[in-house]
Formats: sequence, C-alpha cells, structure tokens
Amino acid sequence: MARTPADLAGAEPDPPFEITFDGRPVPALPGQTIAAALWGAGILAWRTTRRTGRPRGAFCGIGQCFDCLATVNGERNRRACLTPARPGDTVTTQEGHGHDRLAV
Amino acid sequence: MPLSNSPDVIVVGAGVVGAACAYYAARSGLSVTVVDRGPVAGGTTGAGEGNLLVSDKEPGPELDLALLSTRLWRDLAAGLPDGAEYEAKGGLVVARDAARMTALRAFARSQTAAGVTAQEVPADALHDLEPHLAPGLAGGFLYPQDAQVQPALAAAHLLRASGARVRTGQEVTAVLTGASGEVRGVRTRAGDLHAPYVVNAAGTWGGEVARLAGAHLPVLPRRGFVLVTEPLPRVVRHKVYAADYVADVASGSAALQTSAVVEGTPAGPVLIGASRERVGFDRTLSVEALRRLAAGATELFPVLAGVRALRTYAGFRPYLPDHLPAVGADPSVPGLLHACGHEGAGIGLAPATGLAVARVLTGDEPPLDLRPFDPGRFTGVTA
Ligand SMILES: Cc1cc2nc3c(=O)[nH]c(=O)nc-3n(C[C@H](O)[C@H](O)[C@H](O)COP(=O)(O)OP(=O)(O)OC[C@H]3O[C@@H](n4cnc5c(N)ncnc54)[C@H](O)[C@@H]3O)c2cc1C
Ligand code: FES
Repeated sequence: MARTPADLAGAEPDPPFEITFDGRPVPALPGQTIAAALWGAGILAWRTTRRTGRPRGAFCGIGQCFDCLATVNGERNRRACLTPARPGDTVTTQEGHGHDRLAV
Repeated sequence: MPLSNSPDVIVVGAGVVGAACAYYAARSGLSVTVVDRGPVAGGTTGAGEGNLLVSDKEPGPELDLALLSTRLWRDLAAGLPDGAEYEAKGGLVVARDAARMTALRAFARSQTAAGVTAQEVPADALHDLEPHLAPGLAGGFLYPQDAQVQPALAAAHLLRASGARVRTGQEVTAVLTGASGEVRGVRTRAGDLHAPYVVNAAGTWGGEVARLAGAHLPVLPRRGFVLVTEPLPRVVRHKVYAADYVADVASGSAALQTSAVVEGTPAGPVLIGASRERVGFDRTLSVEALRRLAAGATELFPVLAGVRALRTYAGFRPYLPDHLPAVGADPSVPGLLHACGHEGAGIGLAPATGLAVARVLTGDEPPLDLRPFDPGRFTGVTA
C-alpha cells in the first residue's frame, strides 16, 4: 500500500480545496504550501530563469535558495515553498524576474 | 623558518588596493607576494559598492587621484575579463530644489576647472536620461567619467593578472626589521617571509599593521550599510544620487548619515547605498539606517517602492582624520610603504594608488604629487 506523508504523520487534514496553476485546477490541503500542492499534482517547474529561460521549481524547500519563485495572485517573486496555499489562489508561471515591464 | 624565493615586495592585504599595488609593482618588473589573513576581497572590498566616482569629489588631491584612477580603470577594464563588470555608465547627480541646483552648479563648475566633465541637465531632460526618476526635481548634472565595477571580482582579476604569489589565510603577526630599523619582511603563522619592501594595504586594519612595524597611522572604521533589491531589468541607467550626498561624504560627523546612491548591476539587483556612521567595528543591523536608505531611494525612484529589498550588508570604510588616504613611504621605517585609508572611495582610487606605490618602489617619478597623502602627516598625533 502506498504511504503518504499524511499517513505517516497520522494527519487528519480538513477537506481539500482548489488552487489554479496557469489556469489548471490543482488540489491543495489546508496547511500545504503552494510548492507542496504543485508537487502533489506532479508539477515540478513554475518559473523560468532570467537569462536562458530554463525551468525552475522548489530546490531547498526551506526558503533559502529563492529558486521556487512564482507569481501568486498577481504578486511576483513569492517563494512557493513558504507560501501557504489558500482556496482560490491563482499561481502563474513567472518569467525571469517578473519585472519586465519596468525595463527602461 | 624562512620561506624560499624571497620576493622584492610583500603586499599585506588582498583587497582592491593591495591587488592594484601588486598589479603595478609586478608590471614594473618587481616580484610580488600578497599576504592576507582572509580570502581575496574578504575585507571592505567585498563589503561595499563599486562606484568609481569623480562626481562626488571637490577639487583637491583626492579628485586628482580619482581622475587618474578613472583613466587607469578604463585601461585596466580593457584587459580584464567581462567578469569584472566594468561599466562606463556615468553618474547623474540630481537637485531637489532650485537652491540645491544653484549649489550643485557652483560645485560642478569648480570641478570642471579641475578636469571633470560635467554636463548640466535641465529638469525637463532628466527623464530622458532616467525615465523612472521622481517628478518635480529641479535639475541635475551628468558626469560621464563616473563608472562602476564589481569590486570583489575586479580585485580578484587584477590580482590574477598581476601574476603575484597570493598567500591567503595567513595573518601577518609581525613586521621583521633589521639592525637599523629597516624592513626585512613579515612574520605569518605559516612562517617568515623576507623582502626589502612591505606595502601596508590592510585597509581598515592598516593602523594595526603600521603598529606591528612600529609606525603610526590612525586608520578608523566608518560603517556603511547597503540595501540590495531583488533582481530587476534595467530600471536605473546611471548611478544616481541627490546632491546632498556630497556633503555627507565630506562630513567628519560620527552621527548616522544617509543619502541614497542608487545603481543597477549587471546581475540584476539594484544597490542602494550607503549609510555612514562611526560606531567602531559594530556589525549590529541598524534598522534606522536601512529605513533611511529605502526612503531616500524611493524618493528618487518611486518605482522602487514596488520591489522587494532582499538583503543588506555592511562594511567598514577605512578613514583617516583628514579623509585622505595614506600613500607612500613611511617616514620612520625604511622599506615600509602605506597604501590604505581610502574611506568610501578605495575601489575608485585603487589603480592610481597602486601605480604611485609601484613608482615609489622603483624610485621613479610618481604619477601625481603624493605630498597630500604623505603617511607621515599624522606623526605626533596620538590616536
Ligand atoms: C558600504 C560601503 C560602500 C562603499 N562603496 C564604495 C564605492 O561605491 N566606491 C568606492 O570606491 N569605494 C566604496 N567603498 C569603500 C571601499 O570598499 C574601500 O575603500 C576599499 O574596499 C578599501 O580597500 P582596501 O584594499 O584598502 O581594504 P580591504 O578590502 O579591507 O583589504 C584589506 C585586507 O587586509 C587584510 N588584513 C588586515 N590585517 C591583516 C594582517 N594583519 N595580516 C594579513 N592580512 C591582513 C584584510 O583581511 C583585508 O582583506 C565602500 C565601503 C563601504 C563599507
Ligand atoms: S525552494 Fe528554496 S526558497 Fe523555496
């Protein structure tokens, strides 16, 4: 039988809710971070690098590396590994620094 | 235990000033060993910004040193890899109101007479140069000679280009002297190193190294914080600061002073520097300093209010009481040279300092009058 982290911890979370990633619905549990919810849905990359556009997702998982930046409800550069998922959150792939429109 | 292959000169300090001394000394045909107790650029060089400014200097010896350095940096940059991040971006000094603009105009005129290029920018042309600048400024001056490097990388590349032997992680604990008090080398924890010349390029710790040689140099720390934003596209084209900054730089006051100098970097983050305060080697984070830097920067560039500051760091500028560096031979210890005390301009002033030191070492004519930088000017002053 497949064991999940929730089984191992004997967790009895409240019912799941939905967030979206680039428009696609993704289930999330209360208390989960956005990175955890995305991973749970098999999504590993939600940002592209500034210079070469390479895919990035969570790396350290503990808020130190800033690899996991995503645009959450229109706000750029949120660390997905630290940001708790909330019902209805809209997560979108962030291109580079996410500040292209400021360029002069 | 003497170490083999004694060099002609030992440079104590692998910051940007030590690197420049090593570079020009080696180019003059001398063999050089650089010793540092830490890593390359682990002192103030790795804890500041890389502004190479003439714009903030009033006519006088420091400006002469800066003007020479500006030319030398340009030549050096042509030979260093792109990694040194040299950018001849120019500086833009802005004035908040008509009174400050009048003062800035007079200041710029005096600088122009001393060899600085300064172009007046009327209020309505400021935004052509810097589209994100706040509205309502009275005008400014563009200083095309101002440039920028990444200081730690520039120091490392200079040091590599010098071909000098570099001994990192070796603290100098004594300066060895001979029978008549002349320099014979240095003692490090890894052994003795012999050379007829020792250059004190120990930055903020230059006073301690001088003391090891029985010399006197009252170098003290002046703390500065820098605020670093998240990576951004180019939002700031030049290095931009308000005219008030010049007064802060020249001030001898111990109290906290902040006037934001804002510049973009090739890596993306915008650097907002820097505060000035005399609190010894205290590294405690000063929220007040950071608050004022952020306020000053967003006053100049309101767009920055919408971006995040990711981190901050602090460094200790090496300053001497008259705000001029000590460059040249020590008056009392034969073979000892000083190249330290460059305060908030050591990155900018490093090449001219290095060239001058090399000329003193080879007995040639220095590239400019070194008398204002005479390390002997403090003798008799007790710290
Ligand atoms: C916040 C801030 C912003 C700044 N911005 C600018 C700027 O924009 N432009 C500019 O030009 N300047 C700027 N500066 C100033 C500049 O950083 C310094 O003037 C410059 O780095 C000094 O270089 P240095 O090589 O003399 O000293 P350091 O880089 O400190 O090098 C001295 C070295 O000596 C070593 N040392 C000391 N004692 C011993 C010993 N006993 N044995 C062995 N090694 C020893 C140290 O480990 C150190 O590596 C700024 C400084 C600060 C703090
Ligand atoms: S994964 Fe490292 S900060 Fe989020």
